[in-house]
This record gives sequence, structure tokens and C-alpha cells, in this order.
Amino acid sequence: MPLLAVARPSGDQLTVDEIRSTLTRRFEASAYPPCPVDFASGYVGMCAAQSCGKCTPCRVGLPKLQALLERVLDGTAKERTITEIEELAEDIYLSADCAIGYDAASTAWRAVQGFREDFEAHVHTGQCGASAFTAIPCMRGCPARVDIPGYIALVAEGRYQDAIRLIRKDNPFPLACGLICEHPCEPECRRNMIDDAVNIRSIKRFAVDHSDNDYTPFHYEPTGKKVAVIGGGPAGMSAAYFLALMGHAPTVFEQRESLGGMMRYGIPAYRLPRERLQDEMDFLVKQGIEVKLNTSVPGDVSFDELRENYDAIYVAIGAHTDKKLGIDGENAEGVMSAVQILRAIGDGHHPDFTGKRVAVIGGGNVAMDCARSAVRLGADHVSIVYRRRIDDMTCQREEIDGAIAEGCELMELVAPLAIMTENDQVTGLQVQKQMISKVDRGRPAPVKANTEPEVLPFDVVLVAIGQDIEVDPFEGLGMHINRGMLVGDEFARVQGLEGVFVGGDCESGPATVIKAIAAGKAAARNIDDYLGFHHPIKQEVDVPTAAPGDKLPCGRSNAIERPVHDRVDDFDLMEQGLSVEEAMQEASRCLRCDHFGYGAFREGRQEEW
Amino acid sequence: MVKLTIDGKAVEVEEGTTILDAAAKAGIMIPTLCYFKDLNDIGACRVCVVEIEGQERLVSSCNTVAQEGMSVLTNSHKARHARKTNVELILSQHNTECTNCVRSGNCSLQDVANDLNIIDIHYKVDYQKEPWNENFPLIRDSSKCIKCMRCVQVCDKVQAVNAWSVKNRGKRTTVGVTGGIPMEQSKCVLCGQCITHCPVGALRARDDTKLVLDALADPEITTVVQVAPAVRSAWGESLGLTHEEATPGLMANALRKIGFDYVFDTDFAADLTILEEANEFLERLNHKDEYQFPMFTSCCPGWVRYMKGHRPDQVPMLSTSKSPQQMFGPAVKSLFKKEKDLDPEKVFCVSIMPCVAKKYECAVEELRDVSEKGDVDASLTTREMIRLAKVCGITADALEEDNFDNPLGIATGAAVIFGATGGVMEAALRTAYFAVVGENPDPDAFKDVRGIEGWKEATFDLAGTPLRVAVASGLANTERLMQAIDAGEVEYDFVEIMACPGGCAGGGGQPIHDGQEMAEERGKVLYGLDKVADLRFSHENPSIDMIYKEIYGEPLSERAEHELHTDQATWDMVPAQCK
Repeated sequence: MPLLAVARPSGDQLTVDEIRSTLTRRFEASAYPPCPVDFASGYVGMCAAQSCGKCTPCRVGLPKLQALLERVLDGTAKERTITEIEELAEDIYLSADCAIGYDAASTAWRAVQGFREDFEAHVHTGQCGASAFTAIPCMRGCPARVDIPGYIALVAEGRYQDAIRLIRKDNPFPLACGLICEHPCEPECRRNMIDDAVNIRSIKRFAVDHSDNDYTPFHYEPTGKKVAVIGGGPAGMSAAYFLALMGHAPTVFEQRESLGGMMRYGIPAYRLPRERLQDEMDFLVKQGIEVKLNTSVPGDVSFDELRENYDAIYVAIGAHTDKKLGIDGENAEGVMSAVQILRAIGDGHHPDFTGKRVAVIGGGNVAMDCARSAVRLGADHVSIVYRRRIDDMTCQREEIDGAIAEGCELMELVAPLAIMTENDQVTGLQVQKQMISKVDRGRPAPVKANTEPEVLPFDVVLVAIGQDIEVDPFEGLGMHINRGMLVGDEFARVQGLEGVFVGGDCESGPATVIKAIAAGKAAARNIDDYLGFHHPIKQEVDVPTAAPGDKLPCGRSNAIERPVHDRVDDFDLMEQGLSVEEAMQEASRCLRCDHFGYGAFREGRQEEW
Repeated sequence: MVKLTIDGKAVEVEEGTTILDAAAKAGIMIPTLCYFKDLNDIGACRVCVVEIEGQERLVSSCNTVAQEGMSVLTNSHKARHARKTNVELILSQHNTECTNCVRSGNCSLQDVANDLNIIDIHYKVDYQKEPWNENFPLIRDSSKCIKCMRCVQVCDKVQAVNAWSVKNRGKRTTVGVTGGIPMEQSKCVLCGQCITHCPVGALRARDDTKLVLDALADPEITTVVQVAPAVRSAWGESLGLTHEEATPGLMANALRKIGFDYVFDTDFAADLTILEEANEFLERLNHKDEYQFPMFTSCCPGWVRYMKGHRPDQVPMLSTSKSPQQMFGPAVKSLFKKEKDLDPEKVFCVSIMPCVAKKYECAVEELRDVSEKGDVDASLTTREMIRLAKVCGITADALEEDNFDNPLGIATGAAVIFGATGGVMEAALRTAYFAVVGENPDPDAFKDVRGIEGWKEATFDLAGTPLRVAVASGLANTERLMQAIDAGEVEYDFVEIMACPGGCAGGGGQPIHDGQEMAEERGKVLYGLDKVADLRFSHENPSIDMIYKEIYGEPLSERAEHELHTDQATWDMVPAQCK
């Protein structure tokens, strides 16, 4: 009998594995947006390198497919070539023996469908038709286009207040975003190619924590124009702030007792402390924003009154009504929506969950906020009930980890069927086990498992399956509604209502704070233009020049949270900021894509907008 | 101040100084290719890379700021090796048929490759060759483009025209016409600044010397040459002459040796332009409600193309006076017909211009007022004139002092300064003052509009009326001025615009010295000539008297309106040769 060798990884296999993981990181990070056709060609070439070579369609077909794509890129293709690419891809997909071949072909086929216009541009004009983007990856990820390399460079020099001033050129909320931004910038960070993204959000928080905020931004001469802003959330307040700097007189109508919108009434204080949020609001208000609290529009003030007395109106009412489960027992005592409970907490009314068993239904960030708030409200036991898998949850990974650390139970693949009651009081949740199955509309969908429904005992059920927008009062005013959202054009204008603009969650559907801020920023520009002005908001501080230096691999410093035993009893800020040493090291990890790479040439820093 | 060492030598420089400039201060020259001071420091070619001791990777010295205590090695093995590799890589995508390249001997890539002792390219040579309409006055040879992006930068930043864009990504990245349209349909103003800022032969002006040589060889044809004011400030540079040595007399002699039957001077036509334009301006001032102000000069076809392409609504604000080049054509052909009974179709008028846009202008169909084939038959750049001289075996040594021919070779100092920014304005004011006041001002009374700044303004007293004037050169400066006018922030009566920074002295048809902006130095040559000129007022030019007596009667007469004025709105932006 021949002997059996014990498998040991060979040196070359280790190197290939290392390159493979580098490859994954590299393509997850953001390069300059490539030509879509070029990218597809490179992808097919890479797939061909993975072919074992046994079967015709994969061995011969993939290289031929790449050759056709190269012809498109070389400008030698005819209209017919696009069809040939589709046909060849389809035949490889249909006839290849294994996934190496058929999945590559399927992706190539989808590429043609996805960016056919660019294929056609290559064929007709001999050049790539894909439009240019911001060249700085993190800024491309940020909806508000905050000058991230700029403020990181300022932090590195210890110029914290200048960093805040630079952030506020595009985003009036450095504090809020330093604490709770979902940081769409970080996945784009080019540093991912080397090791891991720069901890951008924590650097921003560090700047906020170390700045005394003692400055006044530049204001244009008063224009005498009045703008009504309906809603004091991130969209409305961003618009109002920039409008004030532009010399206009904004008035914010806020129906609740405090400013902040979902930053106050949706995000719990342990993530964004009320007093600090109020400080940030006070700074903005001081720049010339009139605020009318406890004033709803329409209601306390009619829309017509605003139209008569103001030169423009910005509708930014957010998404503050709760989505219903539509199951029995939903109106029983003990059932609360996420909106209800978080709003109550926002105004300082803390329900007592001492000794209670709490179910939270949902898998997004709001569900996690509810669960972790329930822990702080004294709940005996908190279960997060979700009908898909944990991997499918839409919340951020760190929220899941935090909830688990605080003792929440995650029940995946469990769909609620009914809320059980006794004397109109919640006693439990009837649920049906699920199994995950085929992908539907891009996500693996759950199907009913072959088990009997069961009942789980609960005293409180918190429903966090999304928010709706209170569109009804506005529909009557002549605004258009589409799928429950108010409709504006690409410049935030409401068609048919001269001088009325709309933006934020109420126009986009529930989204993130930074998206709402970006909407408010755009609205300010467009309202300024509508009022007949052009007041550019300019960069007020110099950005330090990039220094040379090798960028050797270095771990990323993450912000840590207060110990669980310490934090679960209060609503005080949970996250601890970076130390000076950590912040400086993080800042030094920035690759300065504003200087190195295409950002030095075009589509880089925007010194004004 | 920052202290550092470069190749072991201690240097002290101001904060913010690049390593490249710090090295130059220490007398150490680091080779560069894509870099152009104050225009392009994008670090694309990676030729200027240097080593910083203690750091593994090299840095580009053109855009890395010197830091305290830094020890820079410009000549380490690592730096030399990478620099040479990068030049070889560039050469592997460059059409290296240097023998028949217009920039041979004046090419930064050739220089750097020679300096780095590159006598062999290790990589497969493979360059892009894209089609181009060779009839267009500006020609791009994609096979020579090294993607330094200077053309894009100068067109964007200095000229605000945005005719060039980066096209494609990755290995196919190159420069193309903005919008992917054919160049002849673009809003390129043909200033030629991309040509004079190109380090290699990827951009050049169309060569029209054959047209001229053929005409010179035709016994049936009378050839006439006119030379623009700014040409005399630069023509000697490529023949090894200093600005002092290269006198207008030697230039006239060179043209005579080339074989032109008559060597005349565009300066004469510049004086004629002043008579027409100054009177037109006074006419507009006297009928203020009929015209939109300010009146803009119209002698720069790059500027006219800018107005037509980018601000078409404002074209009526241009003076209707033709440019000196286009006044010269009808003047000489009408005069020769009258005095020598020469058929205008048998007279071949060549202009030597510091300009690429003049090739477009001379072919504009609406400017054929005296001759069906064109009032000016061919327009050569200063660079073409030098090449023509070399073709004819003319060396600097062989030249002797000569005169322009009479009568269209006589001109004043006012005409000479047309070639520098502010010169047209100053010349016009000298004559307008005389027309209004009845006596000459001090010839230097209006010198406030001289100088290289991009946007100048002044107010002069014209017999009790304050006259607000502005002068801009470079179209980005011009665009700022136009926006200020649009916004009501400034108000002027008369504005001179030259598309090229510094005026025609810095024109896109002038000799190329890579990395240097020559306009200021050349402008001084022109002001020097004006200072010593016998005549310094256009209205005192005896040939001007003669041409009005013989042909035009008086400024703005019916015949003058026909032959010396135009409606720029009717000009087709597509050059006639491209149709």
C-alpha cells in the first residue's frame, strides 16, 4: 500500500492564498472608478486564470470573451460585437461544466445588461462613456462630500478646530456624525488595499472632543429673503444653517419640543447624548436660524401662511410614523412601535421594563437601538426576533455585537404570526420557524420551515420593521406622493409648487443622518439659486500639504465601548473616544488621496460649492 | 525657513518649497517631464522621483514639499534606476520617429532620454494612433502623447476653454476632445497654448509652408509677406540670436532671402486698425444708447472664437474692425490693383503670425472681400517662418540689416506694441485722444495698461470725460472679467482682450522653450522698439494717409466698412479647410 502523506500547505499555495485575500481587499476598496467595460474584461481574464482547462467553453470561451471585450475597448468593435459578447457569454453559461465557467459567463452577461450604454459609447465614439466621479475615494462615499483627507490632515497637526471648520463647510453636524454616522466613507477607503480602512468616524469624533467650537463661520450680507424650513432634523437644520450663512433668514418649524429629528427621537442617548446634540444645535441656531418649537405645519401654522410670508419653503419632515406588522394582537397593551418608544426616550420619558420579557421584531439599526434601550430600561430578558439570518440583518455588524454583549438574544429565522394576549395584555408571540432559501431581488429569502408554530412568552413587544412618512397632510397641499414618499425633482424642487423644495427621509424614505445632511446641503444651494443668488460656501482653512512617508501596514484602532456591566444601567454615552496616541496613529494612516493619485489632478478637493 | 540636505549639500529654503526647487537652489538639477511650474504638478510621469533617506519608496520631487531635517538623494541607485525605467516605459508607448518630428531637437522627452543614456528600449513598443483631421489648424498626434496632461491643464486653468479632456481609464487613458466630438466641431479657440506647453510633438500647428513655397515658385504670382508685431520679439530665438541681435531689419532680410517679392509689415495694418477702431469707438461713444458697452477689441481671433463659442450673445460687443492681418490683405490687394493693375487673384499674401488661430481667421469665408481665394492666402506661425528660413538655407550669420518695403512697410511704435498685452489699448488711446482733443498726448500717457498682469484696469481723462478701460490676457482671466461685467461688479467703456497670456508675445505660434513663459521678456522688446521709434502715433503714419487718400477716403467710409470691417457673428466656427 502506498503511504498517505499528511497534507501541509506548500509555500506557493500560501502565497497564492495571500494574494487572494489581498485581491478581495483590493476590490472591496475603491480605486478610481474604472471603465465598466475594462473592469468586466479584467474580471473575465481573472476568471479565465482560474479555469482548470478541462472544458471547452471555459478554457477557450472565456479568453475569447475577453478578446471581444478588448475589441470594444480598442474601438475596433462593431455594434454586432455587443451581441456576439452576449451570445458567447450565454453559451458559456449554458454549457460550461462547472461554476468556474458558468458563473464567470453569467457575470459577464449581466455586465452587458448593466452598462450597455457604456458598451455602446465605446463602439460609437471609441471612448469610454462612463462619467467621472470624485477622485478621492472616501469623499466619493460620503453623500455630503466632506473633505475627509483635509480634516484628517488638520487633526494630525493638532488643528482640531480647523478640522471642525473644514467639516462644517459641507456638514454642519460633526458631533452627531462623529458619534453615529454609518460612515459610508470607510468601505471606500483606499487604505483597505494595504490593511484596513482608516477609522474616519472616530477621528472626526476626536476632533469634536478636542475643539472648543469657538469661531464664527463667514456670513454673506443679509439678503432680506425668508425661508421656512419644516422639520428640525438633520436635513432641515443643514439647509437652515447653510441658508443662514448665505445671508438668508431661515425659520425652522419643529413640531416636537426639541430640535434634532431622528437624531434625538430615533437614536438613543447612549449613542448620541442629548446635551451634546443640543450644544451642536445651539451652535447652528446661533448662526442666524429662527426656531419655532412645538409648531407643526400644517396644523399650528398653515402651509398657505408660509407660502405667503416666506420666499421659499423646504419640507423636511422626516419619516416618523411606524410600519405595522399587520398581525393579530398588534394593538394590545404592551405592544409599542420603535418610533413610539424612542420618541418617548428622546423627550426623557423612560418606560419601566423592570422584570419584563421584551421581544424586538426587526433586524435593522433601529431594532438594535430598541433592544439595547430595553436593556437599559431594566428588561429582564430581550429577544431580537428576525425572520431571516443574522447575516442578512441590515444593521451594522458592531450593533449586533453590542446587543449580544449586553445580553440580548438573537433569534434568527423566526417569523411572528400573532401577538398572544390575555385581557388585551401581551403574553407572548406566536412564531413560525423559517429556513433560508433562494435569492429573491438580490437577497436570500426565508421560507416557512416544516415545523409547527410555537408560542414564546413575552410581556412587551417592540415593533421595529421600518418607518413611514406622514404624507397625508401634504398630499392635500398639491405635493406629489410616490410609494408613500413626497416627490421632488433632482434639484429637490416640488413640481408645480413654485419655491417649494423637499428633501431628507420624507423624500428618500428612511435613510441615514449623513444622507439627510447631504439633502439639506443641496437644498440650501438650490434655494439660494432660486432666490436669485450665488453664494458659494467656501473653505475657510488651509489644508496642510501631504508629507512623504512610507505607508507600512498598521492595524486600525477601533473605538471601544464602556464595559457592559457599567453601561447597561444608564443612557450615558457608550462609546469611548480614541486616545491621543490612537487618533494620531489613525490620522497618520490616511493615504492622502487628495494629493497622491488622481485627486491631485482633477475631481479632487472642492474648495467651494 | 526649512533646513535639509540634498545629496549631502545643506540647503535652506522657505517653507512650502518643493524638493525640486530646493535642489535647484543647491544647483542640483532633477530631470522632469510632466511638471510645468505653476501649471502642472500632478506627479504623473514619475521621472523626477528622488529618494528620501530612511524611506523605502521614492517621492516625486515636483510636488513633495521639503521638510526640516530631510536628507534627499537625487542620484541614488534606486532613484536613477526607477527614473530610467519610467522614461523607457514612456518611450515604449511613444512614436520615436524623431527624424521627422516637428519637435526634434526641442523635445523634453528626447532630452531626458538622452540624458539618462537610454539607447535601447527593453519593452515592446506599442503606441496609440488615432485619426485626426489634418486640415484643422491644430493637430494632435496621439502616437506621441505622453499623458503629461499639460494640455488639459493649460486649456482649463489658463484659458477656461476646456477643449481637452482625459478620456478612458487605466492603460487606455489618454487625452481627447471634450465631449468625444471631432475637434473641428469643438469650441477650441485655437490659441495654441496647448502646443507651446506640450513637452513633445503630440501637439502642433498645421504646417502651411508648402503653400508658400509653391506660390514663391510660381512666376505668375506676386508674393507679399506681412509680419505681425510680436514676431519681431521672438523670431531670432530659434536661430541663436539674442533679443538685442534679432532686429526687425534682420528679420526683413530673412524674409527677403526666402524670396518674397514684397516684404511688408503687419504693423502698418495695426496702425490702420487703430484708425478704424479708435474712430469706431468714438462713434459708439457718441451714440451710446445704440450700443452695448464695453466695446471689446477684435484683433485676436482666439478671443473672437471664444466669444462665438462660449458667449455668443455678446458677439455684438466686439469691435467690427478686422484684425491687422485681415486689414492688410484687402489693403495690399486693393492698392496693387489700383497702382500696379495686379489682379488680386494673382497676389499671394502671406502673414507671419505668433498665432495658430490666424490660420483659421485667414480662411474665414466672410473675410474674402477683395479676393475670392482669400484676402490673406496663408498664415504661418513664427515657428514655420524659422523652418522656412532653414529650408532656404538661411543662417543667422548670413543676415544683414535691411528695410521693409514701401509703402506698406512703414509703421509706428503704437503698432509695434500691439504684440504685448495692453498695447492695442494704449495705441488706440493715443489716437482717440488726438481725435478728441486735437493734439497729441504724451506718448507714454497711457502706460498704466502695460505689464504682464492678467487683468488690468485704468481710468483716463479724455477731454473731460472719464474713460474706463480694462485689459485682460489669458482667457481664464478674461472669463473672470466677463463674469464681473455680467454681475455688474465692474463697468468699462473699452476693453482689450488677448487670448494668450501676455498677449501675442506669448502666442501659441511663437518659438517653444519648454517650461518657460516668455511673454513678459518679449513684451519688453516691443516696448523698447516703441520707445525709440520716430513715429509713436498711428495717425502720424504717412502710409496711413496714403492708403486713405488712395483707397479708403476716411475711417469708417463705405469702402472702409466693406473691406476693413466685418460681422464676426457670421463667421463659421468650423475652419473653411475642414469643410
